Amino acid sequence: MLTRRLLTSDWGGTFVLGLLVAMLIAVPIANLMVPPDSPYYLSSYWVALLGKFLTFALLALAIDLIWGYAGILSLGHGAFFGLGGYAMGMYLTRQIGEQGVYGHPVLPDFMVFLSYEELPWFWLGFDMFWFALLMAMLVPGLLALVFGWLAFRSRVSGVYFAIITQALVFALMLAFFRNEMGFGGNNGLTDFKEILGFSVQARETRVALFLASGIAVILGYLACRYIVTSRFGRVLIAVRDAEDRTRFSGYRVDHYKLWVFVFSAVLAGIAGALYVPQVGIINPGEFSPIRSIEAVLWVAVGGRGSLFGAIVGAFAVNGAKTWFTVAYPMFWLFALGALFVLVTLFLPRGLVGLFRRRREGES
Amino acid sequence: MSLAPYRQPIRRDRVFRLLQSEPDFSGTSHGVILYIDDVSVSFDGFKALDHLSLAVDEGELRCIIGPNGAGKTTMMDVITGKTRPDSGRVYFGRDIDLLDLDEYQIARGGIGRKFQKPTVFEALTVLENIELSLASSKGTWKTLFAKVDPAQARRIDEVLVTIGMQDQRRTAAGALSHGQKQWLEIGMLLMQNPRVLLVDEPVAGMTGNETERTAELLTSLAGDHTVIVVEHDMAFVRSIARRVTVLHQGSVLAEGSMNQIQADPGVVEVYLGEEE
Repeated sequence: MLTRRLLTSDWGGTFVLGLLVAMLIAVPIANLMVPPDSPYYLSSYWVALLGKFLTFALLALAIDLIWGYAGILSLGHGAFFGLGGYAMGMYLTRQIGEQGVYGHPVLPDFMVFLSYEELPWFWLGFDMFWFALLMAMLVPGLLALVFGWLAFRSRVSGVYFAIITQALVFALMLAFFRNEMGFGGNNGLTDFKEILGFSVQARETRVALFLASGIAVILGYLACRYIVTSRFGRVLIAVRDAEDRTRFSGYRVDHYKLWVFVFSAVLAGIAGALYVPQVGIINPGEFSPIRSIEAVLWVAVGGRGSLFGAIVGAFAVNGAKTWFTVAYPMFWLFALGALFVLVTLFLPRGLVGLFRRRREGES
Repeated sequence: MSLAPYRQPIRRDRVFRLLQSEPDFSGTSHGVILYIDDVSVSFDGFKALDHLSLAVDEGELRCIIGPNGAGKTTMMDVITGKTRPDSGRVYFGRDIDLLDLDEYQIARGGIGRKFQKPTVFEALTVLENIELSLASSKGTWKTLFAKVDPAQARRIDEVLVTIGMQDQRRTAAGALSHGQKQWLEIGMLLMQNPRVLLVDEPVAGMTGNETERTAELLTSLAGDHTVIVVEHDMAFVRSIARRVTVLHQGSVLAEGSMNQIQADPGVVEVYLGEEE
């Protein structure tokens, strides 16, 4: 019943979900069961890379939900992604324990180096996985709640909202760069050893993280799809297209925007938490404004307002980036700029729009 | 009618908005349904409304005319909570002060508004547009799990028939003609089951035939609902109006039947004179 509602008339989404499931089955097999000298063998580098792309896809979903459906352009979603990442990073840092360079049983290396006497209060509890995971959702959600409440209540929208989200993420970057903040400053958190008792470097752990990311994307997609196919989703579209009309129809527009903004921030936080153990580091660079803008670009390339398009876009742009930064490292930023211009000019509905247009042409 | 109970500059129970409970709309049963009392609004020194006072009776069909800039749209903005006036009060029924309420509360309380430019949700179908306007719970959690029950489905069909769009329910609203969008928006208003309908230029861009049908619809709504129409099309106003108010420079210039209005030398000078 529910499946029917979520997936009928969503041929593209069904197709992309099918691809994801196929990938979740094929990648572990190709990495763990195929012998390394076989042409079908996939190295752990690729597993971690694809796992990273999956977390980006989840971030793209979060952005597309608010931008594509509610018309809220956030150029600061890196803030929520980064905070989720830091929460996981803090857990991983506390798991290092005596395996650190200084071998202190409680304090992380950078705290010993900065001659901390004891663990700051906001690091308490992060030795527990469930607590860190909860914080990876709660902290981004709370920030979005306060920030969104202030912004939407004062009816800040459109480009003004986009600008203050940039300010938000920039402020976070500056704050996290400071050593006094107690999050490892410039260097961030890295040198992770173990997650839930398993080595983060182990092949099996990497595959498990990859699977977790893939499942998170699928569940995230279905949750977003549930929202946009409910009446709630139609109210979001109404807000996007005619905010005043929605208000005069008796809807509290600010509540709807706030609700979906917080949900989106929580998704971004989960994405960040899955990202960190796979790349092995979290530093204030995640909060740099350009990163957040890039994430919006994935959605634009894939197709704003199409949830599976966001997944496609995240893979397409990051795939291109990986190839470019290896083959022509100097040209990536130019390619990125060109992509932005070309998509805006020729593909207003993104890559997904290409297919849709052809289908409409046929009918 | 005594105005004394209305003249309370600050109501102590409404100073803190947080403490304000949901408004009680039960006191809006008889007599004057909308009373605008000495309202002034200015934008950067320009007086859009200048000590405007106006009363509309329950069930009335009232036309409001006036040259551009007379304050017609600003008046609607004030009634629906979009614009806060510099001074004055606006009462809905006997004791609800609309100036204390937000747009969504006013809409839920029974004042529906049609915009000058037809405003429908273009990406949604006709049916979805109508469904969103259902007078039902409009909170976030409720809509997330909302389903249309049989009574609501009947009501939706009823309104679709009233606006003559039962065959276009699956059409995207964006694909409708200008006149059809006007009708759809009126249909959305009807779904809200409002006590007062504020209708801004309902026949702009309509063909003669459509105009005629709109006139019929609005006349049939009066009685059960109070209908306030702002319109430029004098022939249309003449065809539906029983009582006409002329606005000029933000206040009432004249009020009466169409014949009285047309005979008023002041009105002829500022408005009707221009057209001939």
